[in-house]
Amino acid sequence: MTTGRPASLGQSVPAAGPRLLDAHLVVDRDSFRLDLPLTIAPGEVVALLGPNGAGKTTALRTLAGLLPLSAGHLTLAGRDLDHPVRRTWTPPERRPIGVVFQDYLLFPHLSALDNVAFGPRRHGLDRRQARDLAADWLTRMGLAEHARRKPRELSGGQAQRVALARALAVEPALLLLDEPLAALDARTRLDTRAQLQRHLAAHAGAALLVTHDPLDALVLADRLVVIEHGRVVQEGDAATITARPRTDYVARLVGLNLYRGYADGHRVRLGDGFELTTGDHHEGEVFVAFPPSAVALHPRRPDGSPRNTWPATITGIQQHGDNLRIQLVGPIEVAADVTPAAATQLRLAPGQPVWAAVKAAETRAYPAAPG
Amino acid sequence: MAGGTARARPTPTVAPRGTRRTGRTPVALLVPAILGLLFLVLPLAGLLVRTPWATLPQRLTEPGVLTALRLSVQTATLATLLCLLLGVPLAWLLARVQFPGRQLVRALVTVPLVLPPVVGGLALLLVFGRRGLVGSWLDSTFGVTVPFTTTAVVLAQAFVAMPFLIIAVEGALRGADTRYEEAAATLGAGRWTTFTHVTLPLVAPGIAAGAVLGWARALGEFGATITFAGNYPGRTQTMPVAVYLALETDLEAAIVLSLILLTVSVVILAGLRDRWASAP
Repeated sequence: MTTGRPASLGQSVPAAGPRLLDAHLVVDRDSFRLDLPLTIAPGEVVALLGPNGAGKTTALRTLAGLLPLSAGHLTLAGRDLDHPVRRTWTPPERRPIGVVFQDYLLFPHLSALDNVAFGPRRHGLDRRQARDLAADWLTRMGLAEHARRKPRELSGGQAQRVALARALAVEPALLLLDEPLAALDARTRLDTRAQLQRHLAAHAGAALLVTHDPLDALVLADRLVVIEHGRVVQEGDAATITARPRTDYVARLVGLNLYRGYADGHRVRLGDGFELTTGDHHEGEVFVAFPPSAVALHPRRPDGSPRNTWPATITGIQQHGDNLRIQLVGPIEVAADVTPAAATQLRLAPGQPVWAAVKAAETRAYPAAPG
Repeated sequence: MAGGTARARPTPTVAPRGTRRTGRTPVALLVPAILGLLFLVLPLAGLLVRTPWATLPQRLTEPGVLTALRLSVQTATLATLLCLLLGVPLAWLLARVQFPGRQLVRALVTVPLVLPPVVGGLALLLVFGRRGLVGSWLDSTFGVTVPFTTTAVVLAQAFVAMPFLIIAVEGALRGADTRYEEAAATLGAGRWTTFTHVTLPLVAPGIAAGAVLGWARALGEFGATITFAGNYPGRTQTMPVAVYLALETDLEAAIVLSLILLTVSVVILAGLRDRWASAP
């Protein structure tokens, strides 16, 4: 057993790179299987992104010790916390891990101060030391004047920061955040996200952010891990993922139209014989991506420069920021963004046939084989 | 009561055909409902009518009355403490731990609710009596005899009151969000600390309600008490036992004692109003 040894950073961390967390999370449950290799460096913030039911929460629960692994391993700061083959398992209360839960789960019978002091108290500090430490944390969160309030007397944003302070007050080697901003309204969210970013930057340990909101992931995380059906579908920094999505889910997240096809120079043949002309030159299996703003709509077949034109039918119109997002069917399904003025001029309505056009220069093609 | 329910419903103003349905209560229901209410309230009113109000203060301060009242309050409180000590962990076990035979255990726990108290008293006597299963051991090892002592009163009361507490606490535990306990674990709290610092405070209202109900039940305990503990003034003669005995000699005394018990019951109901009487 390794549970009795105090965690000390650097000790017995594998030489291959600074990995604070080194895990391969495998959980088998009924027909669902989570199979997620995950490493996080000290100070790094990783976002675990995925649709509902992808296994994000399952992954978080195995890390926290609320759910045992079926296979694989979980090593944090050199300590084997969960290793089914070696029959090693450390209960949650002895893991150097802090969790910010989705709806915070602040203890309703304790004040904000005592909520934050709860962890330090369990870690051996006496009542006064724990309260002093908690008061420090609340001050750092800008909540000093709310220390005596009960959770029900706090606003959503304040409760979120108390929950963050409570998780950080035990100085965890790994901080887990489960949809930390999901419960907040839009305005509070913006504010709280900025504060969260600051506190994450100051956190010396590793941090894992579980979210289905791409914006949270892009703003807060150094690296994104996207999972679907329990498996990693894409991993990388924000720039790579937003520029080169590899699944429909990721493409929708970052707001791109995405197609897979076979490239022969500048021409890419999609599944059903439809061809797109791209600016990039490739051979073989590729993805082609372009933003909805690159799609122009015309009442008649346009003449002139655009290389890619096709007839399409409008199936839906939604508000999207300042623009309207038009969903189209035709040889390919595509989303187009137009200004309200243009939409009025074209008298766009569901069921209406139009011509869609995309300039080759506004498309991006990249090899489908990962690497 | 029936009129109150009807008024509480929003009366539709646009749909006149709906007014008949919510506005009027069928006579076939109203008459038995009122009869039922009278049946429950009339005996209590009878008690009040026959109360010797003029001599009441003097009656209340009679040493026999005060002794019985003091004994009742003391034993009921001790019985409630015993119920809390044993009942809360048992409720926790039933609510939180999967074990074979849990349904059976739950059924066994509720047996005292439906068992005639006199049978309960007899059973206690057989177990704790000097030749009983536990009683003979207590007698030979410690020289302790339980039946017909104040301890027996407390045991008899706890036996009938515990199911009330267990049911209330188990319900509260099932209703409590176990994710708070997970949050406590991630903050370094072991299972016992989590139980004392998180679970118990979360279900405190349920425990309080169960304790008050149990206390009221213990205070009114008669059948098991008189069978197992007998009727020694100052030692085992609780209020209900005193009422029963006074009936044969002094009806007015019995009425006064009953009035006290009625007052206590009403006060407890009023205290629990939010949790029980206002249930939909």
